[in-house]
Amino acid sequence: MKKYGNLWRTLGVTSVAASTVLMLANSSGAVAKSHALAPIKIGISLSLSGDFSADGTAFDQGYNLWAADVNAHGGLLGHKVVLDVVSDASSPTQVVTNYQKLVTNDHVALTFGPFSSLLSLPAAKIDARYGYAMIEGAGGAPSVFQQGLHNLFDVSLPVKDDLLPFAQWISALPASKRPTTAAYVTTNDAFTQPQIPVAQNIMHAAGIKTVYNSVFPSETTDYTPIADAVAAAKAQVVVLGSVDVPTVSSFMQAFEQAHYTPKVFIATGGPDQGTQFTKAVGLGNANGMMVPNAWYGGATTPGSKAMVAEYVKKYGGTAATVSADVAEAYSVGQIAAQAVKATGGFNNAKIIKYLHSGVVLTSVQGPVKFDALGENNQATAFTFQWQGSNFVQVNPVSSAASKPVLFPKPAWKS
Amino acid sequence: MNSSALIHAVVDGVLTGSVYALMATGLTLIFGVMDIINLAQGILVILGAYLSYTLSVHFGVDLFVGLVFTIPILFVVGIVIERLFVARLKGPERTAMSILVTYAVSLVIEGILNEVYSVNQVQLQAWYVDRSFPIFGVYLPYIYLLGFILAASMLGALYFMLYRTRFGASIRASLSDQTSAALVGIDTKRVATICFGIGVAVTAAGGMIYGATNAFNASSSYDLISRLLTIIVLGGMGSLGGALVAGIMMVLLQDIVAVVWSPVWSSMTFFVVLVIVLSLRPQGLFGKLSARVA
Repeated sequence: MKKYGNLWRTLGVTSVAASTVLMLANSSGAVAKSHALAPIKIGISLSLSGDFSADGTAFDQGYNLWAADVNAHGGLLGHKVVLDVVSDASSPTQVVTNYQKLVTNDHVALTFGPFSSLLSLPAAKIDARYGYAMIEGAGGAPSVFQQGLHNLFDVSLPVKDDLLPFAQWISALPASKRPTTAAYVTTNDAFTQPQIPVAQNIMHAAGIKTVYNSVFPSETTDYTPIADAVAAAKAQVVVLGSVDVPTVSSFMQAFEQAHYTPKVFIATGGPDQGTQFTKAVGLGNANGMMVPNAWYGGATTPGSKAMVAEYVKKYGGTAATVSADVAEAYSVGQIAAQAVKATGGFNNAKIIKYLHSGVVLTSVQGPVKFDALGENNQATAFTFQWQGSNFVQVNPVSSAASKPVLFPKPAWKS
Repeated sequence: MNSSALIHAVVDGVLTGSVYALMATGLTLIFGVMDIINLAQGILVILGAYLSYTLSVHFGVDLFVGLVFTIPILFVVGIVIERLFVARLKGPERTAMSILVTYAVSLVIEGILNEVYSVNQVQLQAWYVDRSFPIFGVYLPYIYLLGFILAASMLGALYFMLYRTRFGASIRASLSDQTSAALVGIDTKRVATICFGIGVAVTAAGGMIYGATNAFNASSSYDLISRLLTIIVLGGMGSLGGALVAGIMMVLLQDIVAVVWSPVWSSMTFFVVLVIVLSLRPQGLFGKLSARVA
């Protein structure tokens, strides 16, 4: 029995080994065979709740539009794109955890950026640790680039230049029409603060006196006393450093209650949020509100109109109500796609090298070329204004697409 | 500094502070009677705001008239939350567990609100929301004045119920000592359930005023709950009068500092005051160390 036992054991071991070899051969063959068509995962952390939830949702829409477009055209190098989106609740701590998970656990092929400078920087640091490229669309604050991260690329306009065309326009007005006083008030945010001194210096040089200048904490929820102080200063121009709709709408409401209408009111963020903004403040009050940005729903840059049409078809609304966040996210996908195509794969080291090569790429926001810090030095700043139900480009004045500025701003009309 | 801005800050501080006091009163009432820290209070305020929004936008109901519907609805919501989740908490870890349970409840409600209303911010609209009238050289917003009247009325009604009704006596007995209250025949479980309902019902009014003075979405609840907790800690956990004083004090101090000094220091100044008060009176302004009383 022992002899036969050994025989059976030998046969058993042999058959199991043979089966295993055959299975491995089959499975590896299957892998090899399907590898060319296997979907690739792109990891993204987005603020689907918390302070940036409105922007995060718009980014989600932009990324999804891009993925749908790419997949409709055969995917990236034949791979179907699958977005692996996790929510960070607008938390810099959670965003770190999320990218760590996306890279080490989900093994995504590429990563795209979250919303805001606040979150992009910690996210890029995690990516840098693992050699991933961080291509993002909403992390343009100088503090993000000052870290010297080689893997970081912002496809949008560097924020410090956002208010340039606005300040240049107002300074170039004839002396008889030019406002004489201005108030500068901003939240202490990496996105808003760098913009204010640039505008203030230009306007100050043009003789526009600063009558109110203040920074308020980002956790502020009651803006009424600050807005009342601005109203009491009776500034003709208000430059508000804001990141969201509630901040702007609170200032607008307090100004209206104080019976104070500045001749010019520009906010760095909020009025660019399409219907989110107009629903909160009403179209009547939105009239004349200005905002700097690099893109708007009526932009004629390549691919922009098609993207807007797809957006309206999928999510509703009109071109004027499409948030600039959508275009920023979509641009991230476009730049990544061009880098993948040029490098012939998903090797992040090659992608980083390619994006630093000085090549000029295209996006719905316009041309993209990265400097050594990862800033897009081809981006152009514009100023947009709500005129009735239309969101139109008004600066730079030299641009043929710019419409005349509605100046002075009409009185509040709830 | 402009004197009219300072007057504005004082007036706004008192008027807005009373609304925060109303919202915090619900929180402190629940803690006082039940030893429950209701972290869902912030999202329930937002739920109240959304209910007012729905009635206003879809049914054309005035914001104040809508309270006739929203207050009872939130009362029922409070009863349901208490029966389903809070009443099941037992033992010495009850208070700590209530933080986790009510936080979970708030996350669920936040998720539902995000699904139903999306994450886009909205603001309640009515003729009195943006308009103001001149008085003593400053413009007083109608909504702040109406909010103050509403908050004062509701707080008055709450005090009347507590001090002039039999049920109020039961609540006060439960506030002082639940075991003794039970021994004299008070149905403390029923009192607790109704108190939870009342504590949540006041969020309907607070939410309506909040939604009329701020653009909001479900995530706005995080700012709210942190403010409300700060108010009841300063006023004294379980003290209704403390919530009123602390609510007005918090907003008033922040508003004045923002105008006189700088907005940068407004929150910090308040928290410095909070630390000083708590170091001198760990139980808060009107709280008691040995027993919780109104």
